[in-house]
Amino acid sequence: MDQKKLAIIATKGSLDWAYPPFILASTAAALGYDTQIFFTFYGLQLLKKKLDLKVTPLGNPGMPMPGGMEKFMPVLVTALPFMEGIMTGMMKAKMKAKGVASIEELRELCQEAEVKLIACQMTVDLFDMNPSQFIDGIEFAGAAAFFEFAGESDICLYI
Amino acid sequence: MADFDQELDASGLNCPLPILRAKKTLNAMSAGQVLHVIATDPGSVKDFDAFAKQTGNELMESKEEGGKFHFLIKKS
Repeated sequence: MDQKKLAIIATKGSLDWAYPPFILASTAAALGYDTQIFFTFYGLQLLKKKLDLKVTPLGNPGMPMPGGMEKFMPVLVTALPFMEGIMTGMMKAKMKAKGVASIEELRELCQEAEVKLIACQMTVDLFDMNPSQFIDGIEFAGAAAFFEFAGESDICLYI
Repeated sequence: MADFDQELDASGLNCPLPILRAKKTLNAMSAGQVLHVIATDPGSVKDFDAFAKQTGNELMESKEEGGKFHFLIKKS
């Protein structure tokens, strides 16, 4: 049985967008897939040593809230200064209560499972990011280099 | 419950932790050894089914007992 390949392009840097790439990659790796994640644009936030990911209800009409609040919460309220902080705190607490791993843990599991984490060199230069901000064990490459793997992948996801 | 060589209690852990922990534990075991996994995540039933199919390890038993799910996986 040939080994299947999974390529993920991660472009978002908020807490709610951080889970899918790491969960999909670690699960695929557990199932024997050869997996690589290409982090570009805001996805680079997920590779920082110190993670400070947030989630906001503003612009996220699909985000469930306790008590079904999302059905009638006015958009203006979601823009209030403390809302992002509260929502992020609540999301993290929920994850912990339900036994879902933290992003740091999932990321570590990915690296343990030999999922290749690749940072988009162009984005690093674009946003003047310092390579030392990122965790160890990652590679820096461009889109063309990633396409070598992505072009042969069985599954390629854009997150 | 048949004999097993190692037990992994993944109770309280949700997707994808049960199979990730199982994979890690199985890596350290020898071929032919059996791993007993206990989980509370209902999604783990299908997950372990797929895990066995995809990785070629045999899922010897999969059942629910006392509110928890029990799996016996033999390392191939």
